[in-house]
Amino acid sequence: MDDISPISLSPLHETHLRAGARMVPFAGWNMPVQYKGITEEHLTVRRACGIFDISHMGQFRVGGPASLDWLNSLLTNNNTRLGIGQGQYTLLLNESGGVIDDLILYRTRASSWFLVVNASKTAEDLAWMQARLLPGITLTDESPHYAGMAIQGPASAAVYQQVAGAHMELPDRNGIAEFISLRGGTCVVCRTGYTGEDGFEFFCEAEEAPYWWDEFTGHGAVPCGLGARDTLRLEMGYPLNGNDLSTDRTPLEAGLGFFVDMAKPAFTGREALAAQKVHGLPSKLTGLRLTGKGPPLRAHYQVFANNQPVGELSSGGISPSLGIGIAMAYLPPALATPGTALEIDIRGKRHPAETIKKPFYKKP
Amino acid sequence: MPAPSNARFATSHEWILTGESESPVGISEHAQAELGDVVYIELPETGRIVKAGESVAVIESVKAASDIYAPVSGEITEVNPAAAAETSLVNTDPYGAGWLFKIKPSNPAEIDALLDEAAYLAQAG
Repeated sequence: MDDISPISLSPLHETHLRAGARMVPFAGWNMPVQYKGITEEHLTVRRACGIFDISHMGQFRVGGPASLDWLNSLLTNNNTRLGIGQGQYTLLLNESGGVIDDLILYRTRASSWFLVVNASKTAEDLAWMQARLLPGITLTDESPHYAGMAIQGPASAAVYQQVAGAHMELPDRNGIAEFISLRGGTCVVCRTGYTGEDGFEFFCEAEEAPYWWDEFTGHGAVPCGLGARDTLRLEMGYPLNGNDLSTDRTPLEAGLGFFVDMAKPAFTGREALAAQKVHGLPSKLTGLRLTGKGPPLRAHYQVFANNQPVGELSSGGISPSLGIGIAMAYLPPALATPGTALEIDIRGKRHPAETIKKPFYKKP
Repeated sequence: MPAPSNARFATSHEWILTGESESPVGISEHAQAELGDVVYIELPETGRIVKAGESVAVIESVKAASDIYAPVSGEITEVNPAAAAETSLVNTDPYGAGWLFKIKPSNPAEIDALLDEAAYLAQAG
C-alpha cells in the first residue's frame, strides 16, 4: 500500500467509534487496535467469544471451467482435494519461491472459488493474478462490496446458531456456505480463523455490516481489536505476512511445507522449492521464548548465538496465556532445534532465550 | 481519576508530587489509558543522578515500548518494586500504588515550571 493512497474506513467505522475503540492505521486502513484492553480481549477469545472487524481483508471470486487447473498452477496447495463447500490455506508464490501472500481458497461450486487475502496484499495479488489470466477464467475483486468480521472462541458456534442458524447451518471446519440475508444481501460464512480457536469468518454486503455486528455482539460476541488478533495468532505460531512472510523467504523456510503440494505437476515457484529440498534450507522460521521474566519481544530485535548475530525477530510479543515473551525468527537450521540457547538484544541488553516448538500455546 | 492536588506534570506525561524531599514520579491517567495494558517496566538504578528530560525508565504495553523521562533533575532515591512485579498497578492506580520511582530534586525551580493537572490535560488534548 503506498503512502499516497487515502486511508480506507471500514463500513463498521462508526460502530467502532461508538464502542470506544482506539483506532490505528493498518495496511492502509484505519482499524480498531483495542476496545477495553488487549489482554482482556485475548483471554475472551480463548475462553468465550470475540468478534474482530476484518473488513480490510480482500475477497476475490474466480470462475470458469478451467479455473481449477489455473488456480492449482498459481497456488501451492492442491485444490483438487477440495470438495464443494471446503476450503484450504494456501500460498501465492513468485517465480523464485518467495511468498507474495498467504490466503484461504474456498470452493463454492464445481468451478467457482472464493479467496480471502491479506489487506496489505490485495492489490498486488490481484495484479499478479490478472497478469496471468487465461481465456475463460473470470477473476473479480469483491473487496469493495464486502465487510468482514471474524467471530472466534469456544462459544462462537453457539453465537452463530442464535444469530444466523435459521438461515444457514454453520459449515464444518474450513468449510464455506453462502446465503441471502432477509435484507437481500449475499452472506458468506467460513469456518476458519486466525486465533487457534473454533470460530468463523463472516462476509456480508458493506451496508449490512453494522446490522450483523450488532447481532453478533448482542448475542455475546465481545468486540476485539487488531492487538488481540496479533497476540492470538502469535501464540499459535501463525505467520503474519509482511512480518513472518515475505518474497525473500519460501514457505518451506516458513515451516509451511504442509500447505505445499510438491507432487503437483507445476506451480509458480515450484522449481525454487525443489532446489531448496535438494540443497537444504537457508533458514527456518523458529519459535523462541525468553527463559526468564523480561520485556515483551518485538519484531527486529537481534538474536545472538554464542555471541554471534544469527537473525532478527520477525514477530514478537508477550503471550497473555503464558505470561512470557514469545517470538519468531528466521534462524540457521542448525539453531532451530527446540531447546537451543540464544540471546535476544533488547535496548542494548542481552536477555537469555531458547528455541521452542510451535505452537506456543496449546489448548488445555 | 483525578490526580492529587500537589501533582505536577511534564508534557511527556510523567507526574511528580511537590512539597516532598523525595518526590514520587509516575505516569498520568491519560498516559496509562493511551498505552493500554502495561506488561513490563524497566526501572532505574537507585543512586543514579539524572537530568530533567533524561530517559530513566521504560514502560512496555502489549503494543509498544515507551520511554519515561525524569520530570526534574536530581537523584533517584527509590524505585517501586511492586509496580515492576505487578505492572497492572500502573493502569489501575497510576497516582497511587503505580508510582515508579522517587527523585530528590536538585533544582526546585524545575518543579515550578511543570504543569498542573488542568494545564496538562488541556495540552494533552
